[in-house]
Amino acid sequence: MTATLTPQAESSRPPSLQPHGWLRYLSFSVDHKVIGLQYLVCGFAFYLIGGALAGAIRTELASPLSDFMPREVYNQVLTLHGTVMIFLWIVPVVNGAFGNYLIPFYVGARDMAFPRLNAVAFWLIPPAGLLLISSYFITGAAQSGWTAYPPLSLTTPAIGQIIWILSVLLLGGSSIFGGINFIATILKLRRPGLKLMQLPMYCWAMLGTSILVVLSTPVLAGTLILLSFDIVAHTGFFNPGMGGNVVVYQHLFWFYSHPAVYIMVLPAFGLVSEILPVHCRKPLFGYATMVVSIMAIVVLGLVVWAHHMFTSGTPPWMRLFFTIATAFIAVPTGIKFFNWLATLWGGRISLNSAVLFSCGFIVNFVLGGITGVALAQVPFDVHVHDTYFVVAHFHYIVYGGSVFVIFASIYHWYPKVTGRMLNEPLGRLHFLITFIGFNLCFAPQHWLGLNGMPRRVAEYDPQFAFINQLSSVGALLMAISTLPFLWNVIASAFQGEIAGDNPWRALTPEWLTSSPPPVENWRGEAPLVTEPYGYGVAADELDLKAASGRDLWSSGR
Amino acid sequence: MTTLNPSQAPLEQAGASAEHHADHRIFGLATFLVADAMTFAGFFAAYLTFKAVNPLQPGAIYELELPLPILNTVLLLVSSFTFHRAGVNLRRGMNQRCRQWLLLSAVLGLAFLASQMVEYFTLPFGLTDNLYASTFYALTGFHGLHVTLGALMILIVWWQCRTPGGRITADNHFPLEAAELYWHFVDGIWVILFVILYLI
Repeated sequence: MTATLTPQAESSRPPSLQPHGWLRYLSFSVDHKVIGLQYLVCGFAFYLIGGALAGAIRTELASPLSDFMPREVYNQVLTLHGTVMIFLWIVPVVNGAFGNYLIPFYVGARDMAFPRLNAVAFWLIPPAGLLLISSYFITGAAQSGWTAYPPLSLTTPAIGQIIWILSVLLLGGSSIFGGINFIATILKLRRPGLKLMQLPMYCWAMLGTSILVVLSTPVLAGTLILLSFDIVAHTGFFNPGMGGNVVVYQHLFWFYSHPAVYIMVLPAFGLVSEILPVHCRKPLFGYATMVVSIMAIVVLGLVVWAHHMFTSGTPPWMRLFFTIATAFIAVPTGIKFFNWLATLWGGRISLNSAVLFSCGFIVNFVLGGITGVALAQVPFDVHVHDTYFVVAHFHYIVYGGSVFVIFASIYHWYPKVTGRMLNEPLGRLHFLITFIGFNLCFAPQHWLGLNGMPRRVAEYDPQFAFINQLSSVGALLMAISTLPFLWNVIASAFQGEIAGDNPWRALTPEWLTSSPPPVENWRGEAPLVTEPYGYGVAADELDLKAASGRDLWSSGR
Repeated sequence: MTTLNPSQAPLEQAGASAEHHADHRIFGLATFLVADAMTFAGFFAAYLTFKAVNPLQPGAIYELELPLPILNTVLLLVSSFTFHRAGVNLRRGMNQRCRQWLLLSAVLGLAFLASQMVEYFTLPFGLTDNLYASTFYALTGFHGLHVTLGALMILIVWWQCRTPGGRITADNHFPLEAAELYWHFVDGIWVILFVILYLI
């Protein structure tokens, strides 16, 4: 707890550059930038573990028989893969890592609203993750998938399931604490004079996401507590044998887990909206419509959950309502998509790794979005429910969407975080292998699903063998693509070109300070940036310190 | 507190102004209570769905006795009022009076818990008897946990209000404010719970 004193101790003396000791990344630091990096590095470690699990899955599925591992182990592996990737990689990184690093800059604050709560929220994650993974070595991990549907979760070995519940509860708590912190920071800690509609788009995305986190995560927590009662105390909430109702579990579970999709993808929308204008030298197209569509997605996202349950005996009126509500989500999402295209349109695009990954995101996300609209239609959904079509769809959203944006963001903000540039050719190589590998891995799975291959099985009909092998080759490419990236981020930290304060000549506040930024973000007053996207004039005419986009926009063109 | 409010304070004074922190902390607590309320909302939704969709076998239906829960409701509502009086007295600088009201609130909260225990022991069904019984205990138990926490908070605040030497004063009363907000919240949840569980 000694580290909790840091901000006070440091604020009592003149601000200096961050100390370079790497040990503070292992400490209970309350500096939002340290916590952001802790989230990022910790999340990436779990990404590698989750990736290894995915590798095991694709190795097993390279042949129709379950010859690589026993079926029980396969079940554990797929459960761990889903849980690790969602709760330990994407959610903590798109929210915790970039949110903590960027939001205080964007609102003009020196830290988050509750720095100690922030550190607590982070430090819940590594123990929860280790607990989850250790269950595999103790008695065998949970086998019921990341959804933990009863009665399956009641009949598979209890200890693994209980450990799974415990760790998800811890991660949910971390997520709620984080969400409270973001809401308070964005709404209460804004620099005087900075209006809500002047904030960079990522703030809006994080505000919307945090509202979803605060409203929906507690419902999952309550549900899992009831599920653990069923397992430990032999109550019958979700046990049909004791008069319980499994569909109630599904309703409560998806009340969180559908918004969880937006918790994973809304921040990615925000991050892309930060990256594209900088590298296209154009203002973000349609700021107000972006804000409205984020909030529309938040509201609609809370009332579409039952589209995951069309085969669970849902009554016709429910199918009708949830189909229509889901189709409505395509409208704000489409608005955002066209806004990004319009931002790119006519811009002076520098096609670097950050932009390549962002454009990869747009392509993948549209494909995932289209299959999403298709899946919302009951007649189609009943046909492909629980097949590889669903697997392909959501990997296009969470990998093709969120993970591509995470990489784009790392390429974009690495110079700010470390003060050094990443190697550009290696970055493009990384993008190329990832994009080809990802599409090779998941595009064929649409075909598998349409032809009836169920998900979550270790064995399958031999007629699917070739397509599955194709998919496994794609997975191998994805694994290989990590190597140039890892080499790049590690080597560039030591020998990368010095970045300077603002290598992209960006206007958002985090670039208007040194790289890496000082402990309390700015020496002296925080800059008041009311036009974060005021691009459009030649670089030599641009006074970054006093940039007001409206002037630039009107005079520059 | 290390809670910084740097945007409004010069660098060297960051962390000095208690008033600003109180604002944000109450806001943070209120946000947390929204989350907490959603947990209850999930439980209520589950209970109501069970009730509508999974009817019990004849013979497994219990008529709950009302006198004890009504007494419980009164206890909690009165304790909310006494807590409010405690806050008013503290702001007037009358710590002794404040402490008396706090002690009364804590006693009322503990009386609620005791009476809840009496009800548990007199009910003709146990946790695992049937779906209805399980949901009843889960809901009241989860709420009882909140009351227990709240009563503990009141006692802590009562201790911190002591004069001389307590950290809570008329100018610095965040813990009391937080506990009060939490206590009112727990009361409000009880009223909803009472209506849903005992009256409907």
